[in-house]
Amino acid sequence: MKIAVTSSGATLDAPVDPRFGRAAWFVVVEVATGAFTVHDNTQNLNAAQGAGIQTAETVSRLGVEVVITGHCGPKAFRALQVAGIQAVTGATGTVREAIERFQKGEVKQATSADVEGHWA
Amino acid sequence: MKLAIASGKGGTGKTTVALCLALSADGPVRLLDCDVEEPNCHLFLKPQIRQYDAVTLPVPMVDAAKCDGCGECRRLCQSNAIALLKGKAVVFPELCHSCGGCAKICPTGAIHEVEREIGFVEQGASNSVEFVTGSLNVGQPVAPAVIRAVKRHAASTGLTILDCPPGTSCAMVASVRDADHVLLVTEPTPFGLHDLKLAVATVRELGRSFSVVINRADAGDGRVVEYCRTESIPVRLQIPEDRRIAEAYSRGESVLPVTPGLREDFRQLLAEVTR
Repeated sequence: MKIAVTSSGATLDAPVDPRFGRAAWFVVVEVATGAFTVHDNTQNLNAAQGAGIQTAETVSRLGVEVVITGHCGPKAFRALQVAGIQAVTGATGTVREAIERFQKGEVKQATSADVEGHWA
Repeated sequence: MKLAIASGKGGTGKTTVALCLALSADGPVRLLDCDVEEPNCHLFLKPQIRQYDAVTLPVPMVDAAKCDGCGECRRLCQSNAIALLKGKAVVFPELCHSCGGCAKICPTGAIHEVEREIGFVEQGASNSVEFVTGSLNVGQPVAPAVIRAVKRHAASTGLTILDCPPGTSCAMVASVRDADHVLLVTEPTPFGLHDLKLAVATVRELGRSFSVVINRADAGDGRVVEYCRTESIPVRLQIPEDRRIAEAYSRGESVLPVTPGLREDFRQLLAEVTR
């Protein structure tokens, strides 16, 4: 299973980016093997509008089943739902720590957006 | 004659000036409240509303059975209103600017347009003033469509006054772009001057005739007057800082009776800009 974590840098030790749609980077991890890839989100980060929706499309294309992030707005949440991707909000610390908490089952799936659109 | 009242900075007195002009005019006058995100002229005019019309915009609807996920619509959309999710185009109508391109470009004919309500326009009258106001529904981002619907009610002859939204973004441009004259209302503060410069640059770009009204004229410093002199921009009127004006405004009353000579000043101003 692949999971994506929003990241403010291109490494596992970078802090989790609290924004979903306008995250700087995504770290995509294959949970079974621990292998990971990093993905630059600059194009969506700079979108005039609809960043969350397009970012949801990006992670959907990467074959991700779970997204771990700080906050997720209503349109992004709906897009993730349509794509069949689980959202986990409230992540803090480094990307590595967020992945470990997920593996230990210490996080739970968000059932709705946790912020208004354009919160940051 | 379309006379637009704009400002750049919010809270400088656009509505006050628009109402004073409408209530000072001798002939028939029409007042359009184009500040559709926060319309407020009705609070002062208390008009009898006799007509209500919904404002709608065409937005795409995807027939999932026909959509083969080619992504042409999504690549065309400049508003990021379409995403390709699970091999199908998914529309986020609140972001759509209704260009219609997606429906035209779709190779399988999977997209047709449906009307989506985004606001409304009301028409009415208050004594001698014909009144039109628009309101954008909460959560809707596309104000210019409602503004254009309001402006379709501009009088073909006689005087139409437009109370415009603050700022210099799409909503302000949509309001002032075809005005015969734009009155920029400002205040003599650093903020007022800063945003006045932005507004001046905007109306110059739009090729509009314009001049300035300074409200609360003795509240700040002389830099706005100095700027206008340097730029050869006429200052038509300076409204004094007067607590009684603020009090009348806060009660939703006309401020004209408060200051002796104010009505005559506005008549004079109207005569100058409509000449």
